[in-house]
Amino acid sequence: MTQSHDNPAHKQALTIVGFLCNWCSYGGADTAGVCRFKQPTDLRIIRVPCTGRMDPLFIARSLILGADGVLVSGCHPKDCHYAVGNLYARRRLEVLKRMLPFMGIDGDRFRYTWVSASEGQRWQQVVTEFSEQIRSLGPNPGVTGKSAAAATA
Amino acid sequence: MRIGVFVCQCGTNIASTVETEAVAREALQHPDVVYATSYMYTCSEPGQQQIQRAIQEENLQGVVVAACSPRMHEPTFRRAVEKAGLNRFMFEMANIREHVSWISNDRQANTRKAAELVHMAVAKLRFNHPLSPSRVAINKRVLVIGGGVAGIQAALDCAEGGLEVVLVERQPSIGGKMAKLDKTFPTIDCSSCILGPKMVDVAQKENIRLYACSEVESVAGYIGNFSVQIRRKATCVDWNLCTGCGLCMEKCPAKKVPDHFNEDLGNTRAIGIPFPQAIPKKATIDKEHCRQFTRGKCGVCKKICPVGAIDYEMEDEFISEDFGAIIVATGFDLFDHSSYGEYGGGRFPDVISGLQYERILSASGPFGGHIQRPSDGRQPRNIVFIACVGSRDASVDRPYCSGVCCMYIAKQAILTRDHLPDSNCYVFYMDIRSPGKNYDEFVRRAQEEYGVNYIRGRVGKIYPKNNHLIVQGADTLLGAQVEVEADLVVLATGVEASAGARELAEKLRISYDQYGFYMESHPKLRPVETNTAGVYLAGVCQGPKDIPSSVAQGSAAAAKVQALFSRDTIETSPQVALVNERACVACGKCIQVCPFGAIQWKELRGGIQKAEVLPSVCQGCGLCNATCPPKAVQLQHCTDNQILAEIDVLCA
Amino acid sequence: MKRRIAYYQGCSLEGLAIEYDTSTRAVCEALDVELVEIPDWSCCGSTPAHSHDALLSAVLAGRNLAIAESTGCELAMTPCPGCLKSLKGALQAFHNQSERDVFLEILAMPFTGHIKAISILQLLYEIIGVDEISRRVIRPLNDLVLAPYYGCLLSRPAQFAEFDDPENPISMDELLVGAGAKLVDFPYKTECCGATYGVTRNQIVARLTGRILDMAAGLGAQAIVVACPLCQQNLDLRQSQVNRYWKRRFDIPVVYITQLLGLALGLEPEQLAWDKLFVEPDWPLTAPAVERDHLEKAQS
Repeated sequence: MTQSHDNPAHKQALTIVGFLCNWCSYGGADTAGVCRFKQPTDLRIIRVPCTGRMDPLFIARSLILGADGVLVSGCHPKDCHYAVGNLYARRRLEVLKRMLPFMGIDGDRFRYTWVSASEGQRWQQVVTEFSEQIRSLGPNPGVTGKSAAAATA
Repeated sequence: MRIGVFVCQCGTNIASTVETEAVAREALQHPDVVYATSYMYTCSEPGQQQIQRAIQEENLQGVVVAACSPRMHEPTFRRAVEKAGLNRFMFEMANIREHVSWISNDRQANTRKAAELVHMAVAKLRFNHPLSPSRVAINKRVLVIGGGVAGIQAALDCAEGGLEVVLVERQPSIGGKMAKLDKTFPTIDCSSCILGPKMVDVAQKENIRLYACSEVESVAGYIGNFSVQIRRKATCVDWNLCTGCGLCMEKCPAKKVPDHFNEDLGNTRAIGIPFPQAIPKKATIDKEHCRQFTRGKCGVCKKICPVGAIDYEMEDEFISEDFGAIIVATGFDLFDHSSYGEYGGGRFPDVISGLQYERILSASGPFGGHIQRPSDGRQPRNIVFIACVGSRDASVDRPYCSGVCCMYIAKQAILTRDHLPDSNCYVFYMDIRSPGKNYDEFVRRAQEEYGVNYIRGRVGKIYPKNNHLIVQGADTLLGAQVEVEADLVVLATGVEASAGARELAEKLRISYDQYGFYMESHPKLRPVETNTAGVYLAGVCQGPKDIPSSVAQGSAAAAKVQALFSRDTIETSPQVALVNERACVACGKCIQVCPFGAIQWKELRGGIQKAEVLPSVCQGCGLCNATCPPKAVQLQHCTDNQILAEIDVLCA
Repeated sequence: MKRRIAYYQGCSLEGLAIEYDTSTRAVCEALDVELVEIPDWSCCGSTPAHSHDALLSAVLAGRNLAIAESTGCELAMTPCPGCLKSLKGALQAFHNQSERDVFLEILAMPFTGHIKAISILQLLYEIIGVDEISRRVIRPLNDLVLAPYYGCLLSRPAQFAEFDDPENPISMDELLVGAGAKLVDFPYKTECCGATYGVTRNQIVARLTGRILDMAAGLGAQAIVVACPLCQQNLDLRQSQVNRYWKRRFDIPVVYITQLLGLALGLEPEQLAWDKLFVEPDWPLTAPAVERDHLEKAQS
């Protein structure tokens, strides 16, 4: 894997927020760690009990505050620890994804996916791909404040 | 709030790629943090003492530990802070090992990331409140699902401890697959002689209630308080009256009914008791073949039954029972070898499954224990055993080892040579897997004492020729093709998940792997627990295993239940949803979405309705929290404000 | 209505397997199938192409499919299993997202990929159907005892062939029974004939085909029925080599399914190129044609 993105020169701005459900994806990220699957370092993981806990507000707020990307990951459909939480999440997050452009946010800055506790390799792949995607989009110009003003100027 | 931060070095696991001292130093910058340090092994005894000392000396009100995954050591540290007088929920963990030090070697980036994760944990902790668990009473009755040897063992062990047990079995008799076996490896014990007394024990124990011919219909509730609906399938025989005399079976005119107990090798009647040692010893009507049902008239059994137990109008009956714990021991099914076209795909009557051969060997089997071919009753001279049929074969989606086949073919070959000293036995195998006490010695005895020919290689084709079966295979040790003119071919058919295993798992809300075997809580350290508290596993439903392992798991599951029931109440997690009644607009959305029915209406004075969470039913998923429009429902320990605090310090 | 189907003959059917070509065309004609010969068809690449470069093989075969599409046919039929494999390889390359662009670039012809490649057995068994063929039988193959031999490629690999059972194929069996023949329960339906080793190491072929001939002879088959030019060549043309190798006197005709169905449909042996076989049948090729209603009476 290339380590170029670890170059301190353009280290600063990249912040990717991850919301992971406690039962599957958080475990999957742990599994990836236990297996020493190397990943980009931009992701910061917040543990939630279930993707059903995800209020779309959390994602919108992260992106409005300037996060460069948001990744949500839960149990595979039908594998939810709480039976149906991820199905609710799927509907809500899909709506949110389509709404982001109306808020002036590139929909590609947000992704939701499913990774089980045993899928360490898949987690590595998801993180690597998403980090590269965000890197190619560059830092989030933001929708308010100075950077937005700069963008419209 | 006075917060202390403890950054673990985990030996070099963390320290080699994270500057833990720097992380601790930076933590001191955050509001409310009054103490921060780094230590070699925070989870060790001195590490925990260091935290406890700091709590007392620095008067800490909250603790953050930056170390491994909370899935690993959160309970450890919660106990530690509790011992020092803090509420266990005034504690947060930052995962800087699995999520930081182990996934990148970039020291600078890792240190940055670890510091930010600590900052987020501190931000969240500032919104934490002390929470106290509530307690609910345990219903000390246990449900055992499945009456094979694992379920029997679990039921007997629970009953021995004085618990009230309900054993539900789908078939008309308990005994499972073991009841069909002739002998068991490696001792060549008679299977029904060692299982029979246990089955009788089940029938005789006063505190075991057996529901045969029954299935679990639905499961509600949670650990300590499950309520289960059981479907008692219509047997068309009133078991309260039936004495098991067997007269109906003698007189039934439907004589060509495939005998499932004998793996369809012989015929039985449409009414009867599956086998002489059956428990309960009660008759059942096979509606598919009974003339009363297929032709609408017959009535012979009704006429002949001396106690008038026959009732053709009988319907399924539903009963509800409450339990504190459930042991699942639903066993397995045999792989169906008809998907192996190269072995005839089930077209050749003398190519049989391992369990069919077991019935042939059995003295109570279709041929009275005489080895003969199903096709013409001739005594076979050359018998070929083929290992790994439906095991270790990705092409039929069974890549796993069934664990028992190497041993059972060795046993069957030994018994064959015992019965027919003039016969020749050939075993085609891939590898011999015999890791058990006296197992490998047993296989060697088959080879050395009994002269069984072991050929390492796969069989590519079986075809009939002149009343023989030509078995074409490879001998990979000789590097040659071999052909054996066999009279009988026994396929060592593997083990697969029981039919209906997935549906039952959905009812129990336990998880299963891609092949339908139930998932244990931890593959090493929690082998009989599931991720649903109060539901335990025993036997092959969890994965292929032999009789001793199944019995051991049955006992282990019973021990788990005994441990659970040794208390009168259990703690329920306080990480549940809570309604702020002032904010609740009584839209009822939370009630609609809750997967557990944990929210209900509550009437206040004046007839005003508000939502109310039942803390003992709530599982803490937070779905209601995300759904609630005015955010009146908040999941304790994971409130909106706590998550937003983490987001704010990270993104701002 | 006449079915229009693009016909890819392939090189074997121009030479050693000309009787397969002749009888295929005749049978299709008799069954109201219009075979549209692919104009300017070229080699499918055969074994050399795909063992050298899968893409080369795909494009060589793809060219023929692209021309076939231009004739407006939705199906391309080839009697040769080797050609069929190449044609299917082309479609696979086209339908594979990662290969499609380079495949189309080299092909440099319009190609939609809608066309399907099928074998003559698939045409007879799946598209026309056993029922319709047996309804048209006017000279049943009564009393002929046959061994159906499919070889390795027609139904395998299963996920590629998407036709019949890989271990115990039955399409040819049912077609022959529908035409009134009796079959032996032939266990060597899909055994290897030695394939192209006939050229480089013919002893291998002699050994393998000998086993097949021995089995058929032992079961009392009067002929082996095939649907692959290479199988036919190894079993028929090389039968004298086999006899030398095994020191036996096999004398079993090895005939194409189309030749037998042609007879049953009332065609004359000359229309089906029966004279091209090396091992000649010792049984009469023409029984008196039976009147349709007479036949139905006999069957009922």
